[in-house]
Amino acid sequence: MDNSLLVYNGHIVDPIQDIDGIGSILIEKGKIKEIYQGKIKKPVNKNLTVIDVSGCYILPGLIDMHTHLREPGYEHKETIHTGTKAAIHGGFTSLCCMPNTLPINDNATVTSFIIRKAYQEGFCKVYPIGAITKGQQGQELAEMGLMREAGAVAFSDDGKPVMNSLVMRRALEYSKTIDCPIISHAEDINLSANGLMNEGELSYRLGLAGIPKESEEIMVARDVLLAKLTKGRLHIAHVSTKKSVSIIRRAKEEGVMITAETCPHYFSLTEDAIKDYDTNAKVNPPLRTLEDVEAIKDGLKDGTIDVIATDHAPHHKDEKLLEFDKAPFGISGLETAVSLSLKIVKEGVLSISDIVLKMSVNPSAILKLNAGNLKVGSDADLTILNTEKEFILTEDEIFSKGKNTPLLGSKLTGKALFTIVRGKVYNND
Amino acid sequence: MKKDLLGIKQLNEEEILNILTTASSFKDVLQRDIKKVPALRGKTVVNLFFEPSTRTRTSFELAEKRLSTDVLNFSIPTSSVVKGESLLDTVKTMQSYGADYIVIRHQCSGVPHRLSRFVKGSVINAGDGINEHPTQALLDAFTIKEKKGEIKGLNIAIIGDIVHSRVARSNTLCLLKLGANIRYIAPATLLPNYIPQEIKTFYNIDEGIKDADVIMALRVQKERMDKAFFPSEREYFKLYGLTPDRLQKADSQAIVMHPGPMNRGIEISSDVADSNQSVILDQVTNGIAVRMAVLYLFGGNDNG
Amino acid sequence: MQKELLNKKDIDRIISRIAHEIIEKNKGIDDLCLVGIQRGGVHLAKRLSEKIKDIEGSSIPVGTLDITLYRDDINIKKPHPIVRRTEIPFDITDKKVVLVDDVLFTGRSIRAALDALMDIGRPSQIQLAVLVDRGHRELPIRADYVGKNIPTARAENIEVLLQEDGLKDSVIIESR
Repeated sequence: MDNSLLVYNGHIVDPIQDIDGIGSILIEKGKIKEIYQGKIKKPVNKNLTVIDVSGCYILPGLIDMHTHLREPGYEHKETIHTGTKAAIHGGFTSLCCMPNTLPINDNATVTSFIIRKAYQEGFCKVYPIGAITKGQQGQELAEMGLMREAGAVAFSDDGKPVMNSLVMRRALEYSKTIDCPIISHAEDINLSANGLMNEGELSYRLGLAGIPKESEEIMVARDVLLAKLTKGRLHIAHVSTKKSVSIIRRAKEEGVMITAETCPHYFSLTEDAIKDYDTNAKVNPPLRTLEDVEAIKDGLKDGTIDVIATDHAPHHKDEKLLEFDKAPFGISGLETAVSLSLKIVKEGVLSISDIVLKMSVNPSAILKLNAGNLKVGSDADLTILNTEKEFILTEDEIFSKGKNTPLLGSKLTGKALFTIVRGKVYNND
Repeated sequence: MKKDLLGIKQLNEEEILNILTTASSFKDVLQRDIKKVPALRGKTVVNLFFEPSTRTRTSFELAEKRLSTDVLNFSIPTSSVVKGESLLDTVKTMQSYGADYIVIRHQCSGVPHRLSRFVKGSVINAGDGINEHPTQALLDAFTIKEKKGEIKGLNIAIIGDIVHSRVARSNTLCLLKLGANIRYIAPATLLPNYIPQEIKTFYNIDEGIKDADVIMALRVQKERMDKAFFPSEREYFKLYGLTPDRLQKADSQAIVMHPGPMNRGIEISSDVADSNQSVILDQVTNGIAVRMAVLYLFGGNDNG
Repeated sequence: MQKELLNKKDIDRIISRIAHEIIEKNKGIDDLCLVGIQRGGVHLAKRLSEKIKDIEGSSIPVGTLDITLYRDDINIKKPHPIVRRTEIPFDITDKKVVLVDDVLFTGRSIRAALDALMDIGRPSQIQLAVLVDRGHRELPIRADYVGKNIPTARAENIEVLLQEDGLKDSVIIESR
């Protein structure tokens, strides 16, 4: 059963152990047994499976700290089964799922359900994120401590902001008690006022109600100030504007302990992707302008933004066929994140090592997952990347139930050829 | 002409002028005893109205009947769509009825644009969200041309809730393409954040209306008041209502337009609405001729 | 291949003859009016009216009729043909209307013109004058006044060129 596995002759990048070169990794019983740096002779051994990954990168398994798995409650959009399958296909060995399910993951029962279900039918590792407030109503704190005990790794009302500053203050204070980050969906919903896309010339031209950038920036600023006040652990989700980046940069310079993430669509696409009312480009926060895209890249480059997360938000086709006003916000992102991130590597914004930091090391550190490296003895979670592999993104190429991405039909470069979770190999080619 | 009339945005000056010229032939037809021509005999038009509308729907219906088409009216309150049938299902049903034209009004911007990709017949936008109301802009341009001869160089003042008005948006696009000078007059809360740079804006109506050749008052949507766009109707009328005193400041030959239905005593006083400078009723008559022209011209596409 | 069938002189003579025939047949010009079919018939109607004025000393009303909206091929033609003005600034009810067209061919234009006229009023009589009758009728329609009968093949094309359009008066036949 437990044959040994040799991931042979790839380019290993593990910033934690300071490895960046050709090597091979021996896996036994789901754990990393040995790392061979440099070129070795291809072994011939009946009890050893060898995967030759010459020309590919071997990375610590990628971690998506912002996924919507939709189960329980919205199984027509995605299930734990299909969502984790999509994660594997996209190169992720772990993901964190947001609590806006039905029922909402605001209590330990739902948290346990997700963990059990993921164990039974999931492909990758699943870490639930609990709700900050009961019913994500923004009023009373949910039982964060009990959810923490059940396995939640962070708390967020994602999809909605915690509008009440006092509640947010208490949540940040409490986060210290349970040693868990609070992930902020930074949006002033009153200011967003049923907006549908980025406010500006294009929203005027399309006659769609706009969401001003300030709607995000005001809340980023507020949460930064509350983090400073409480010294709680704040992580800002899906940063999309130039000003948000500069607020976070400034806060970090001043020594406020916060972290931040962005999503591939915010450094790859602008509002122009909406074209003639393409609901697949309707996302919250909305796609912004070129200026913002550049600022996000700068933020990634200088370390202001710690994490690239997908905000994978799958929706049923029928829902996205609705009127632009009524179609739900969200982009299916698990299976395009690697390609889009590699694109900015090609542009020289990030190195492969940076990708490992932003998609594995940092998420692991923020969430204290004990992952993000290839140390001997740790779980054999590996992502094998071919940075040159080209493919056309069709609906068939997407394993997620949610085919909702404005990138449908476009050519992408770079793919996770193998995803290895606890030594189990998934061939994505 | 294209298959669909989605908005003024998609038309160039030549196409707009072609519609206006054709409309004047139809206006002649409307002045005869027999106001009907067999031009589109055997064609089926579905009027699909997801938003309550009496004027636009009636105007389209009359235009359709005067072209001898068979007309189906569907006024669908949002509630029944919420029941489960998607918009696309509804439209595919209309298609199965053999609709050659779908005239559609919807409270969401972009609906006609998206549907046009799914249906074979011509899609005519009868107003989508806060985006466009192309036939209104065309009939306004027709009326201005009829009264003033030439649109190029005219000073046209648009007053009121510009940010939420598809009429203002389509008229702006149309009149700019035809070479008019446009001014917006409104409180800052009712102006869009982005305004094309050719347009002058005024917060003060008395300044903005000076020497205007055409004055378009927009309907104040009362529901906007609840959302704090302006404090009260009383204050609005006081600051932005079109009164005879204010009309005096415009060009002496200025015409007054309103897309209807009017709120007398809010955006326009009765004295002005009923004055001989008002062309509001001409707009209604011209609406039929313009819509006939639109149906005639856009029906002659290769996909119909 | 092109061939001129009628030149300016021929056309002048025809207009003159038809004018006389119209007056003769209607025993004068009482209650008489001319309506030219857009576009070629419009110029011919004006020429006829001038000729009639020369002969009778007083003029008769002339109108123009656009038949586009009454055509039976509108649903086949893509894009839809341009709609031109119909201008009949007088009441045709109880009048004797002489429809004027350049070429009589299938008869379908005349059918459309008859319908269009009926929607405008109720003439006591409608007569038809054409410069050229080239045959190939598809409807039971005949002209009261014919400038010249020209037997043609279906595939041939008859062009009437008039100086009102900036061309030299002539009728030419083209074989395709």
